[in-house]
Amino acid sequence: MKEQAMPNSALVASALLTNAVGLHARPSVKLTQLAKSFASHVELALHRDGPWVDAKSPVKIMRVKAPKGAMLYFRARGSDARAAIASLVALVDSRFDEDEHETGERAHG
Amino acid sequence: MGEIRLRGRPAAPGFARGPLVTLEARARRRLPNADPAQEASALRAALAAAAAQLVSLRSHTNGTGADILGFQLALLEDDALREPVLTRIAAGAAADEAWSAVLDAEIADYASAADEHFQARTADLKDLRDRVLACLSGDEDLPIAPGAVLAARDFPPSRFLSLDWSKGGAIILAGGSPTSHVAMLARARGVPMIVGLGISALALSGEALVDGRSGEAVIEASPETQRLFESRREVVTASDAEAAKLLDQPAVTRNGVRIAMHINIADPDELDRVDRATCDGIGLVRTELLFHRSADLSDEEAQYAAYRRIIAWAQGRPVTIRTLDAGGDKPIAGLTLDGESNPFLGVRGIRLSLLRPEIFRVQLRALARAAVHGCVKIMLPMVTVPGELAAARALLEQEVAALQNAGIAARRPPLGIMVEVPAAAIAVEAFDADFFSIGSNDLTQYVTAAGRDIAAVADLADPLNPAVLRLIANVARHGRLSGREVSLCGDAGGDPALVPALLGAGVRALSVAPAALAATKAAIAAIDVEEAGAAPLARLRSEADADG
Repeated sequence: MKEQAMPNSALVASALLTNAVGLHARPSVKLTQLAKSFASHVELALHRDGPWVDAKSPVKIMRVKAPKGAMLYFRARGSDARAAIASLVALVDSRFDEDEHETGERAHG
Repeated sequence: MGEIRLRGRPAAPGFARGPLVTLEARARRRLPNADPAQEASALRAALAAAAAQLVSLRSHTNGTGADILGFQLALLEDDALREPVLTRIAAGAAADEAWSAVLDAEIADYASAADEHFQARTADLKDLRDRVLACLSGDEDLPIAPGAVLAARDFPPSRFLSLDWSKGGAIILAGGSPTSHVAMLARARGVPMIVGLGISALALSGEALVDGRSGEAVIEASPETQRLFESRREVVTASDAEAAKLLDQPAVTRNGVRIAMHINIADPDELDRVDRATCDGIGLVRTELLFHRSADLSDEEAQYAAYRRIIAWAQGRPVTIRTLDAGGDKPIAGLTLDGESNPFLGVRGIRLSLLRPEIFRVQLRALARAAVHGCVKIMLPMVTVPGELAAARALLEQEVAALQNAGIAARRPPLGIMVEVPAAAIAVEAFDADFFSIGSNDLTQYVTAAGRDIAAVADLADPLNPAVLRLIANVARHGRLSGREVSLCGDAGGDPALVPALLGAGVRALSVAPAALAATKAAIAAIDVEEAGAAPLARLRSEADADG
């Protein structure tokens, strides 16, 4: 995790999305639930320059349609910003603790 | 009325037999209130009721089902979805109109996604939309008799979870996707499911037979079809039971003949879920799906990376990679020709690659570079005349030489052909290929002149047609006589009912979908190769004698 201070004290960090099907239904729910557990304003983007979306909204996170292999950027501003960023990056790094057998399954034949 | 056969994409394996019930999206009518405040309050009540239903449903569900309901609940409770609806209501829209408009826009956004997994989420949003609409209008879903075969355009996951599947039943969809949530639920619950049958499936009634493994449904089946269905169900059920034991074993016939078992893949991701010890290698890598966009066609590095990943997985086992087989039923925007009157007889496979050598050379370079890292073989699709093989070989050798001259590691892998055009199967000895792989799907459709995509002639497209088996035997015999490897990589190889005839025709290497490995090994273990298919072989011998 690379972390750096931004103007007006926002923190930004990035993590590589490596789970089988990208930022998908279950990962989105886990990510937003984790984001909601922090008081800080937390946002997500596919590029360092944004556009940023509210990381606490599953509807907005799903609209991002982040595919496997995408770099996710997190930005947080608030009292627990550092903890929020660290937790979200850890969640992505752990592949959302997913059992990938069914999420990534495809029909054969 | 005669029987009606429908063919779609398999989404969940298994057999089912039951009355066909078509689920129409019922028009829901409610009388809106003129007062926006009352409409807003009706919406909030409906959202609360829908959330309560989902919570209640989730409490009776576990695993994947609970996760899907949790996803729907998370969307339902998101202000990002509610606020635009309330804004529309404040501007005078009725609650149901406003809700539908916002959800439909969201659905359209998902439907436009490039990734099939995201596209498949449209079913969750439709499910959510309809649940809230039902709460607004006070509708309840009609009860469905257990054991029914349900036909619909699409099927909501929450509806699936609310039904009793203990008495059997199946789902057949006009649209849908094998990666949808409901398909995942169906696989987990063992409910057979077929998708992509077309809207004609929604206008039928009567008894339905569903084979979720082959993707075929038959309505009002003839007694003969019913008999075949039941015997196939028995064969598959028995082989499934044996399968678990045989998956880790090499494929050997009852009388001890070793059959090489390879797998077919279309996407490197599939390998994450396959134990490499269960197969002898990869017999067919379809490369079409690596090129969703025509821009990818010229990306040598992306292709090289994908091939490297597959080769690394194989750990020295052979990997047969088929060059781009676009055209026919697999168009690629910007590459394949539009407006061909019969695309299956048009510019597809190697014909297209030779017509667009600038794209073909990119793939050959990526393959030659990847070949340094493992046992790679290149296979050309749709070869009709020896000149196509010679032309492809010349291009490959030029690219290998160019790479080596530039100091880039490259190797010239063995170059073989698919045998799927009757001209190649009949005069196979005219082709100086390093190996042959029989594409039984196309070979069958071309020999029987019965299109794979035309349900009305599906009966004719029979791999057991003696003419098809005779050509397969011809290719296998040529392989034995000339010392070149012959394999079969069509769907027939993974169909336990067809395996005896294929081995009887002399085939000793099969390449099948990973999901079909176990059942195929079980089918192989149950037969003696001299016995199975003895009749067609005997016929061939007697004909050869007569010729001599």
